[in-house]
Amino acid sequence: MRNVFNYIDRKSPIHELTGAAKLVCLLLWSFAAMATYDTRFLLVLPVISLALFFASGIRLRDVSFVLGFTVVFMVLNNVLVFVFAPQHGVSLYGTKHVLFSLGGYFVVTAEQLFYHLNLVLKYLSTIPIVLLFVCTTNPSEFAASLNRIGVKYTVAYAVSLALRYIPDIQREYHEISQAQQARGIEMSKKQTLVKRLKSAAAILIPLIMSSMDRIEVISNAMELRGFGKNKKRTWYMGRPFKAADIAAMAFGAALAVTALVLNRVNGGRFWNPFLAG
Amino acid sequence: MKNSPVKTIVAIGIGAALFFVLGRFVAIPSPVPNTNISTQYGLLAFMAVLFGPVAGALIGLIGHALIDFSYGWGIWWSWVIASACFGALVGLISSRLRVAEGEFGAKDIVTFNVCQIIAHVIAWGLIAPVLDILMYAEPANKVFMQGLVGGIANIVTTAIIGTILCIAYAATRPKAGSLRKEG
Repeated sequence: MRNVFNYIDRKSPIHELTGAAKLVCLLLWSFAAMATYDTRFLLVLPVISLALFFASGIRLRDVSFVLGFTVVFMVLNNVLVFVFAPQHGVSLYGTKHVLFSLGGYFVVTAEQLFYHLNLVLKYLSTIPIVLLFVCTTNPSEFAASLNRIGVKYTVAYAVSLALRYIPDIQREYHEISQAQQARGIEMSKKQTLVKRLKSAAAILIPLIMSSMDRIEVISNAMELRGFGKNKKRTWYMGRPFKAADIAAMAFGAALAVTALVLNRVNGGRFWNPFLAG
Repeated sequence: MKNSPVKTIVAIGIGAALFFVLGRFVAIPSPVPNTNISTQYGLLAFMAVLFGPVAGALIGLIGHALIDFSYGWGIWWSWVIASACFGALVGLISSRLRVAEGEFGAKDIVTFNVCQIIAHVIAWGLIAPVLDILMYAEPANKVFMQGLVGGIANIVTTAIIGTILCIAYAATRPKAGSLRKEG
C-alpha cells in the first residue's frame, strides 16, 4: 500500500537535520509567509524554498502527484475569490485602476490582479516547504520532534499512534468495504444521497467497533507497561541538536522577524505599490 | 464510567487515524459535481461524545492537520482550528450522555443532534470564516459562503452517521444494572 506521507529516504543535508529543527523551521516559515502580504518578501521565499528543494535531492517526479492536487486547489481558490469579490483588491489597497470589464459586476482592476498575485505567491512560498518537510522527515521521528518543541509527550504519543495505525485502519476499511459491497451495498451515484450515507454507515460501524476494541487492547498494553507514570519519556528516534540544526532554526527565526519588521515598515500587512506612484 | 488517561490518549491516536482515513479515502459522491461528502465529522462527534472535549478537540486537530499535511498544501490553520472547536463543543455533552453504558434513547438523539448542529454552526459559520479573514485576508462573502455550504453538508452527515454510530455502539454495550439475581 502506498505510504500517504511520502517519506523519501535519501542522503542529503536536509535529511540530516533533526526532525525537531525542521518542524521549528516549518512553523516559523509558514508563520512568516502567513503574516505578511509584502510582495517583495513573498517573491524571495519561493526562490529559497526551491533552492532547498534541490539541495534535498527530492525530484519533481517524486511529488508530482501531490503537486497536481495542490495546483487544482490553488486555482479553484483564486477563481472563488474572484467570483465572490472582484473588488476585494480595491478595498484592500484603497485605489482603483480599471484594466478592462468582463461585463457588469466583473470589472478587472490592477489591484485585484495584484492581490491574486500575492495569493499565488503565498501558495508558492508554503507548498514546497511543506512538501520538503513531509518528504524528508521520517514519520517515526515526528512524534519525538513534537515532544522536543514543547508538546506534552502524551499528546505527541497520540500523534505517533495515529501515524502508526493509519495504514492498518486503511487496510481494514478496504477489506470491510469490499465485503459489504459483495453483499450488495452500493455507494456510487446510482443511489440517493441518504442511501449512500446509510451504506457508508454500514461500512463504518464494523470499522469503528473493531477500532474500539483496538483502543481497549492498546491502552491495556500501555497501562501494563506503566505508560504515563513519569513526567518525561525518551524517544527511540529522538536525536540531539547539532550546529546545522541551530543554524536552520536561526534562519527560520530570522524570516519570521523579517516578516514582522516588514509589517511594521509597511504600516500594515499589505505592501502597497499603488499609493507610491 | 470514567476513562483512564491512557485510554483517552489511545482514543485520540486511533480517533485521529480514523478521522484521517475517512477524510482522505472515503469519498461519497454528492449531487454537486466534483464535491465529496466528508463522513469524518460523524465519527468525530461520536468519539467526542465517548471521550470528552479534550479528546474531541485533539482528534479534530491532529486528524485534520494530518490530512492537510498529506495533501501537501500546507496546513490551512483556520479550518483545522474549526475542526478542533467542533470536537471540543460536541465533547461538552459527553457527561450528559451515557452511550458507553448502553443508553442512547430518543431524548439522547435529540440532545446529540441539537448539540452537533450548534457546534457546526459555531465552527463553520463563525470560527473558520473569521480566522480566514484574519489570517489569510480573504473576501468575507466568499469565506462565509464556503462555511455555509461546508457547515450544512457536515450537519447532514453528522446527523446521519454520528447518530447511527452512537445507536450501534450503545446497542453493543451491556446496560448498567441489566443483570438480575435469579430467584
